[in-house]
Amino acid sequence: MEYFVIIVSAIFVSNIVLAQFLGICPFLGVSKNISTSIGMGAAVLFVMTLATISTWVFQYYILNPFGLGFMQTIVFILVIAALVQMVEIILKKVSPALYQALGVYLPLITTNCAVLGVAILTIQKQYNLMEGAVFSIATAIGFTLAMVIFAGIREHLDLMEVPKGMRGVPIALVVAGILAMAFMGFTGLV
Amino acid sequence: MNQVKNFTKGFIKENPVFVLLLGMCPTLGTTTSAMNGLGMGLATAFVLTMSNLVVSLVKSQIPDKVRIPSFIVIIATFVTIVELVMQAYVPALFEQLGIFIPLIVVNCIVLGRAEAFASSHTVWSSVIDGLGMGLGFAFALTILGSVRELLGSASIFGFHMIKGNFMLVFILAPGAFIALGYIIALINRINKNA
Repeated sequence: MEYFVIIVSAIFVSNIVLAQFLGICPFLGVSKNISTSIGMGAAVLFVMTLATISTWVFQYYILNPFGLGFMQTIVFILVIAALVQMVEIILKKVSPALYQALGVYLPLITTNCAVLGVAILTIQKQYNLMEGAVFSIATAIGFTLAMVIFAGIREHLDLMEVPKGMRGVPIALVVAGILAMAFMGFTGLV
Repeated sequence: MNQVKNFTKGFIKENPVFVLLLGMCPTLGTTTSAMNGLGMGLATAFVLTMSNLVVSLVKSQIPDKVRIPSFIVIIATFVTIVELVMQAYVPALFEQLGIFIPLIVVNCIVLGRAEAFASSHTVWSSVIDGLGMGLGFAFALTILGSVRELLGSASIFGFHMIKGNFMLVFILAPGAFIALGYIIALINRINKNA
């Protein structure tokens, strides 16, 4: 039951992009069509889960016992950066097909604030390791969901007659605003 | 390069938020009021100026291969300083901004300026650039914060004009996207005419 609450709230109620404003850059930048959005979403799911688990281990087995809580930001960003590098190298060796699919998105993920954001939120909410893992997977699914819906709308938007000044980013932001309004309908679900 | 031009380019012409579209997450996430926007903007401006300064000082010592990780460590150091100082002196604001303070580390503007400007310019121009860009960012966040506060609760910097809320949606998530969208459209128009 508790996991169910975490999952529903991470995907719908406090959607990482539309309610918490994390990971806006890939949301606006890579959402030109549906297939790239799914690719980006998969890469985020992969890295976010690994990053949350490893930063959790660092926090509870290294930072806390030695009273180094103030080093959190530095340690987490280094762990994530190293992790992304490592995933890239391992994927290239082990599964070239998967690397082909996700490769281009991996370097972008280091500076995706959603990954670091979820790692810090997991610590702030005092989740245990299992809850943290579920939380990060659900968050990544929410991210992918928001991005795929947004990409679908944008594909249609290209065919529309948009006023000259609003073309490009401004209209995309207004669309995102309406989408966020739709997601507000989930408030109070859990 | 002309230092005055170097300083002022961050405000309208190359404004990090309105024109370069960098650092969107804190822009949307923290501008529920003018004061929050200003606080977040100044915190980022400090990190940006200091990291530009240090990066331009040590740029010749850093091997090219480990350039980016070194920049990230420098930036993270200053973010940690900001975090601790804000927690000690402005705890209320720190509480409001929450997770967005540690997330300055992954703000694309900070790393972007270190990589694109400070690693290839003199110390003095890097500091001016960091200050200009940082204050431009703070300026953008304050504008967006003021617009949202004005429309959302009919107040500015906490001074209420009417009792209660106005158009509450502008304080909530959707209003952030919509207000920013219209401001960017306006700035595009101004830049095209200039």
